[in-house]
Amino acid sequence: MNAQSRIRILAAAEHLADAVTHVVALDNDADPFAYGEAIAQAERVELHFPNFTDGRAFSQAYLIRRRLGFSGDLRATGDVLADQLIQMERTGFSSAVLAEGVDPADAQRQLDRFAAFYQGDVARDAPFRRREVEAGN
Amino acid sequence: MYQYNEFDKAFLLNRAAQFRDQIERWQDGRLSEDAFRPLRLQNGWYVQRHAPMLRVAVPYGELSSAQLRVLARVAREYDAPEADVYRQALDAQRKLGTVRLPTHHAHFTTRTNVQFNWIPLAKAADVMDLLATVNMHGIQTSGNCIRNISCDERAGVAPDEIADPRPFAEIMRQWTTLHPEFAFLPRKFKIAITGASDDRAATDWHDVGLRLRYGENGELGFRVTVGGGMGRTPVIGTVLREFLPWQHIMNYIEAVVRVYNQYGRRDNKYKARIKILVKAEGQKYIDEVEEEFRQIVEHDGGPHTIPHAELERVSAYFVQPSTGSVDNPSDPLARKAIHDASASIPQFARWLERNVAQHRNPSLRIVTLSFKRLLQAPGDASADQLDQVADLVDRFSAGEARVTHTQNIVLPWVHENDLLALWETARSVGLASANVHLLTDMIACPGGDFCALANARSLPVAEAITERYQDMDELEDIGEVDLHISGCINSCGHHHSGHIGILGVDKDGAEWYQVTLGGSDGSQASGAAQPGKVIGPSFSAHEVPDVIEAVLRAYVEQRTESGPRRESFIETVRRIGLDPFKTAANAARTPMEVSA
Repeated sequence: MNAQSRIRILAAAEHLADAVTHVVALDNDADPFAYGEAIAQAERVELHFPNFTDGRAFSQAYLIRRRLGFSGDLRATGDVLADQLIQMERTGFSSAVLAEGVDPADAQRQLDRFAAFYQGDVARDAPFRRREVEAGN
Repeated sequence: MYQYNEFDKAFLLNRAAQFRDQIERWQDGRLSEDAFRPLRLQNGWYVQRHAPMLRVAVPYGELSSAQLRVLARVAREYDAPEADVYRQALDAQRKLGTVRLPTHHAHFTTRTNVQFNWIPLAKAADVMDLLATVNMHGIQTSGNCIRNISCDERAGVAPDEIADPRPFAEIMRQWTTLHPEFAFLPRKFKIAITGASDDRAATDWHDVGLRLRYGENGELGFRVTVGGGMGRTPVIGTVLREFLPWQHIMNYIEAVVRVYNQYGRRDNKYKARIKILVKAEGQKYIDEVEEEFRQIVEHDGGPHTIPHAELERVSAYFVQPSTGSVDNPSDPLARKAIHDASASIPQFARWLERNVAQHRNPSLRIVTLSFKRLLQAPGDASADQLDQVADLVDRFSAGEARVTHTQNIVLPWVHENDLLALWETARSVGLASANVHLLTDMIACPGGDFCALANARSLPVAEAITERYQDMDELEDIGEVDLHISGCINSCGHHHSGHIGILGVDKDGAEWYQVTLGGSDGSQASGAAQPGKVIGPSFSAHEVPDVIEAVLRAYVEQRTESGPRRESFIETVRRIGLDPFKTAANAARTPMEVSA
């Protein structure tokens, strides 16, 4: 399981300046497994939110991180809202490009709000699994 | 009942603070209307026909008396519109013929939630803080996410129970709450669970329906159906697993929802529910789910496998309470008093027959308080009534109540000694209608009096039928009938599953009503779940009560009797088909009277 690391919040300009050679950018109706080889070679995978209400990329992110074992930068692009950053982090995104007009301070506050969640995610086990480990089961 | 620990409480307070932050950003323009909408929806806040509407979650229908009192307080102190909002609402509804729009009320819904119709959005954050003091919230009561899980209203107390579904419902409540991957699904997603042999939770009508059962080797698990749903296209769920070991239920539902999230349609709201995907893809969908489930367990290590210790921890909350009169021995004198009273007071005898059910503990009873009576909409409760229910619940049901999907309240822990005292008190506050499962125990959505989606009003139809059928002898003679009324095709009033379904439709700006017969919610009394069939062109509002009467008269004429066994309405419909009822209904059509 990955150590808990926080998602990087990027402005559009920072994203543009952050050029790497091997980028795989997937539309949100793409099957990640069809791009397994390319993803394995990539430094960065970008998943696009055409509209923040379209949640397909959350599942793509989970599959790329957990199932394909991608360890590079997994980036959310497109219509990225402050209130979705925590979901992105929990499904495996490591960076997100804020949509135009979103205040980074507002975004950071939403990220820091909850100390823990009920269910396991890409970053952490569910509390009941952690209790099991602590109990030595 | 489940007791919130420090984690649960802190989580809710954070959620309330988050919503306050979102409202502030929306109010000062940092959050656009479009971006705010799903956030407020996922906290239970709609903008309805006249005013905002708050939907408060009642997880698997369980409520404490303390929660009822806070709901009463919300109704009393917050469920009131500003004067101009209310005036405009009344003006708009008067044009349709509605003269009464109650304020300071709560409404029990078919998903066993509680709604308030008039709270100004400016007070939203304060209400959420108040609700959080008794561990209540509106999380995921709306929006395209996994909604409140509904459950058998008799969970943990029913004699026909195989296993108590509430520990699983609670574990799944936690798992679904703010699930990071499934907050923006193609459409809403509803799960129902039962542990009884009689399905009182309409599981086959849900996106996921779960029924506890024992497997061949005596191990506990679930029958899993997927892709049931009402709406424009009524579909009965497909069985994906006849038996799934209980430990894996969340791993399995994660597979079901993940495949849906990826492949469910997003281009057309009416084709976006999982039922459409299951119908369109059939076995291919099932194969994908099974493969994804295998990967979740084998590759991902089963991150949501429920440990025995966790089931034990949560199950410990769902034991028989030892407060109040629950542990009292049965009192022969009380039994005699009840027997004597039922012999001399016909209303009490009827109530015992209709509203009191057997309990798994022979000394206890399950009692339904009916919220179906004249002058109030089905499922409506005033602030005072909520307080009165809380008092009844404390005095007679160990502090615990259930909201039913038929919009009533169940008291699950009533001692048989207390039945007469409970009835007398309930009657004094107008909560002792002895009509459970009878025609007037109808389901109705708020319809065009409140809802922005409605095509027609539901409540005047419900009221007209209730007024017509006030004779208890007549109601008893007609027997058990599920009458379900929806104000639009979204089917919140479950018209598809009614023995008689009434659906409001809009024809050239006028309210018309389609009538269906033969639907079933899947309970033993109703038979296998199925949608009703339309009996002809829609009827005008003023024809509907006559049509219902004609249909019921046709049933009474055609039903068979053998000894004490009389054929029920739904049995007669199944046996003789729709034609005799169509004929009767058509004969009840009358041209609209022209008002002077």
